Amino acid sequence: MIRFENVGLRYGVGPEVLRDLSFRIEGHSFQFLTGPSGAGKSSLLRMLFLSLKPTRGLISMFDSDIATLSKDDRATLRRRIGIVFQDFRLLDHLTTYENVALPFRVLGKDEASYRAEVVELLQWVGLGERMSALPPVLSGGEKQRAAIARAVIARPELLLADEPTGNVDPNLGQRLLRLFIELNKSGTSVVIATHDIALMDEYDARRLVLHEGRLHVYD
Amino acid sequence: MSTIDPVKTMAEPWDAGSPASSRILAQRALTAIVPSDSIAGRSLTAVVAILTFLAALTAGVVTMMVGSASDWQSEVGREVTIQVRPVSGHDIQADVNAAIAVAQNTPGVAAVRAYTKQESEALVEPWLGSGLALNELPIPRMIVVKLASGMTPDFAAMRVALAAKVPSASLDDHRGWIGRMRAMAETAVAVGVAILALVVVVTVLSVTFATRGAMATNRPIIEVLHYVGATDSFIAAQFQRHFLFLGFKGGAIGGAAAIALFGVLGAMNAWVSGTPAGEEAAALFGSLSLGITGYIAIFVLIVLMAVVTAFASRRTVNQTLENID
Repeated sequence: MIRFENVGLRYGVGPEVLRDLSFRIEGHSFQFLTGPSGAGKSSLLRMLFLSLKPTRGLISMFDSDIATLSKDDRATLRRRIGIVFQDFRLLDHLTTYENVALPFRVLGKDEASYRAEVVELLQWVGLGERMSALPPVLSGGEKQRAAIARAVIARPELLLADEPTGNVDPNLGQRLLRLFIELNKSGTSVVIATHDIALMDEYDARRLVLHEGRLHVYD
Repeated sequence: MSTIDPVKTMAEPWDAGSPASSRILAQRALTAIVPSDSIAGRSLTAVVAILTFLAALTAGVVTMMVGSASDWQSEVGREVTIQVRPVSGHDIQADVNAAIAVAQNTPGVAAVRAYTKQESEALVEPWLGSGLALNELPIPRMIVVKLASGMTPDFAAMRVALAAKVPSASLDDHRGWIGRMRAMAETAVAVGVAILALVVVVTVLSVTFATRGAMATNRPIIEVLHYVGATDSFIAAQFQRHFLFLGFKGGAIGGAAAIALFGVLGAMNAWVSGTPAGEEAAALFGSLSLGITGYIAIFVLIVLMAVVTAFASRRTVNQTLENID
């Protein structure tokens, strides 16, 4: 599904922060992306999300070489990927329901065609009673679940999560992990960027470890 | 490494749904993706309104000035005067009558009116004072010749005819001072148009920067839309539509305020009309009526403000998206 070959990344004229990354992410797979702070996890996630171009190497996503894609093609490809940001990135002026429905709205779909689906997902993640609430009044855990719901509502083939348990207590962290596992069971490939060793110990999955700019894969 | 079985841990507290909330939700209209009422948006509307008001005032004054100068030039240009000087031994009234006849027989003359003796004496009264025995002074007599619209009489032939029949008469077509006054009026109009152009440029630049400022608060929205798979054109269209409305709203408020002010000034002008102050104002500013050109100019300004805010927002969205990528 996704293939990196000898990918390198540098910012400006600085040294390479990521070097010779070669790996694959297969369909229906589950993996943790880990490494010390500053190892480049967020940069790698951004490349996986097509918001950062590598300075060298080949990235192939869904059988397309991303270097040859136009901006609109990248937007189309991005719809096949869901992303959960560490800081949630919910829009404060939209309700929880509207935030989660945003991926459908940008496609120009009529609300009637997706309303039931969004409501069902919000109920599934436990936000059935908070659909009309604005993000500023949601708790950290509720925001995280809303962000996850927005990332998966359009049934992406790949879900990326950047430190999804970074802002929640361990108990909620474990519950969110179970949510990701369920999504993976339903067919979505999952990449969770985290440096939470305890979280990774909760589930036996492939680990992509970044260290000094290089990637080590532990299947 | 311990593992968990997701199937056994499916039942979570958040699994309880709420059909009631979906029914409530179904009745609500969706919130606009770009916040319709924000502090930055209201500030931008105020800035656009104030700048449009100032630009509309300038445009209104300039169009009035252009109209007044044009009216005045055509009014003065359609009139010439014949001066009949008194000559001893000659009946000046007979000379005046002869000059009137010459003028009336000239093609292109619409009307001829001779100032009476009393009117001629009244003309020199401001310089000589009242109470003098003006009868004893050789005061020339003036004949005002109105020209027919769209026709230019043969002044050379008229001068020859006057010289033959009334040697003491001279024809003044005002060409010299009309030329100077016209140059002065044209200069004033050019200065007015230049000031208007500067005001419009400053307004456009200020609105552009104000729009960029308002857009800065919207960067998180642009990023989120980008990340959920919106195309650049979709994002740009959302902001362009919103800012087009903001710009039009601000422009309409400013333009309407300027039109209202001109209306009040026009009413005041009509109220003092006929008084010395009213005459002075009329001489300086003309009729103080905006006219169709003024309304068109203000409407164009309103549309320009809307287009500038929309264009600036689209440009800022595109620049933000370039930075994200």
